[in-house]
Amino acid sequence: MSCSRRDFLRRSIKGGIAASLPLSAFKFLSPAQAKSLVRESGLRWVFLVDTTKCVGCGLCVKACKLENEVPYDVPVTRTWVERYVVTKDGKFHADSPMGGRDGFTEQKIDEQEIPPEEIAKAFFVPKLCNQCENPACVQVCPVGATFQTPEGVVLVDRTWCIGCAYCIMACPYGARFFHPVYRVAEKCTFCYHRISKGMKTACVQACPFGARQIGNFKDENDPVTKTILTQRVAVLKDEYGTKPQVYYIGLDSNVR
Amino acid sequence: MKNHVLRPLWASLAIVALVLLVRSVVVPKDFGIHGNRPDGKNFTFTFHRLGAIDDWKKFKVKYRGKQYCEECHEEKVAENMSSKHRIIQCENCHGPAIDHPDNPETLAIDRSRDLCLRCHADLPYPGSHRGDLPAIDPEEHNPGEACADCHNPHNPNLEDME
Ligand code: HEC
Ligand code: HEC
Ligand code: HEC
Ligand code: HEC
Repeated sequence: MSCSRRDFLRRSIKGGIAASLPLSAFKFLSPAQAKSLVRESGLRWVFLVDTTKCVGCGLCVKACKLENEVPYDVPVTRTWVERYVVTKDGKFHADSPMGGRDGFTEQKIDEQEIPPEEIAKAFFVPKLCNQCENPACVQVCPVGATFQTPEGVVLVDRTWCIGCAYCIMACPYGARFFHPVYRVAEKCTFCYHRISKGMKTACVQACPFGARQIGNFKDENDPVTKTILTQRVAVLKDEYGTKPQVYYIGLDSNVR
Repeated sequence: MKNHVLRPLWASLAIVALVLLVRSVVVPKDFGIHGNRPDGKNFTFTFHRLGAIDDWKKFKVKYRGKQYCEECHEEKVAENMSSKHRIIQCENCHGPAIDHPDNPETLAIDRSRDLCLRCHADLPYPGSHRGDLPAIDPEEHNPGEACADCHNPHNPNLEDME
């Protein structure tokens, strides 16, 4: 086999054109055209956590683990509840035994007894995947096994994940973990199988106090959207630029 | 050109061809960029196997909600809905229904104190809704006895107790 200079040039030019085609196809879309293609679903799932309503019963964690077949007695979980106790001398203590799966039934925190009169404030903070608009975990995936759906939910393709754990390191929120059974990266899906059937997520349904809510940010009449747009809400680790989509009411600066 | 220059070239071309061939066989046909983002970061965030979305949609639903229980346990639900425990889902205490009563035929009955203590163990937490719930000290309040021996878990009305 031999390759003449002419053949070589011809092939290079063909290859060059082929490689640049898809890129230019995007670049020349007008904003209106692009908008019509973008997220045509009219859906953007967002989550609202009202920390003032949470009592730390952990029933959301229990429901999540059973709904999503996360091994129950292994200390991994898609959602978890953290307890914060700030004492009058300004120190703060935090714990989340088994992710709060069995609730918080003892005053002892981190093996430490804190007398009630020393407590300045104490509260619970439920956490889950923030389904970021710019998910760092997706950016680092070397094989395209994790991605964002048109509704903004970040999913893991279990048939494609190689278990390299880059994404677990990349998530600033520690929301990902290694699934001990499937041996792939695992994360909260906003119960994608439930919300796409018009149901609430398992944790939202399980919460008796309405501390967790899910809504569609594209629908301005959605109560969650209204709250996010009209009330004082905060997100976790805004400075990372991942644009997290889990909004919190009553967040404290001790919560990281 | 001389052979010793060309041979490695052919070898590397063959490797590239082999990789491309293997790739075309191994990578599913529906792998690609699906959906466009307004910021054009499509390749970064929406490069995946399209079928993965349906795989997740097909995942089994296990928690069915109170309306489902009402179909058969109408009295229990009615009793519960008129009580202070009406905000609690049946499945929070009995576990996910899945396809109950076909599979599983019956749901678990958890008479442990721990179940109730999730909400009722006294935690003096100002600024948290926990402090608003009726609370007991588990070590003082009838230790060793099941809560359900005295309280009706579906309708825990203190006035109904003798
Ligand atoms: C289609 C009818 C049906 C629905 C819907 C249903 N159940 Fe049942 N359930 C039954 C039947 C029938 C039994 C009795 C099985 C047995 O005793 O072996 C039962 C048994 C139970 C038991 C055990 C009772 C005992 O005495 O051991 C519990 C607890 C229970 N159901 C809870 C629930 C909850 C919670 C829901 C809603 C998530 C629910 N069921 C929905 C039909 C139903
Ligand atoms: C706060 C926890 C809790 C909730 C919520 C709850 N249950 Fe129960 N349930 C129990 C406990 C504990 C028992 C065992 C009672 C006993 O042994 O006296 C029980 C027993 C039962 C039984 C069988 C025994 C009996 O009393 O007839 C059925 C059926 C049942 N529950 C159905 C339901 C349904 C339906 C709902 C939702 C409306 C519900 N439960 C909500 C805790 C709960
Ligand atoms: C998910 C949290 C939760 C769990 C679990 C729970 N409860 Fe309650 N309980 C509540 C709430 C909320 C109230 C109502 C408070 C109010 O309205 O003042 C309540 C009220 C009560 C009351 C007071 C009723 C009255 O008339 O004032 C008793 C007694 C009680 N529960 C017993 C139990 C028992 C027994 C169990 C376990 C079978 C249990 N609870 C499990 C949340 C819970
Ligand atoms: C031996 C029977 C008995 C047992 C067992 C029992 N209780 Fe009670 N409980 C009572 C009585 C009687 C009252 C009302 C009088 C009082 O406040 O002590 C009461 C009151 C309560 C109250 C209301 C307290 C308030 O100040 O409003 C709660 C909550 C409660 N119990 C929860 C529980 C829980 C949770 C358990 C299990 C860990 C439990 N009880 C076990 C008899 C019992």
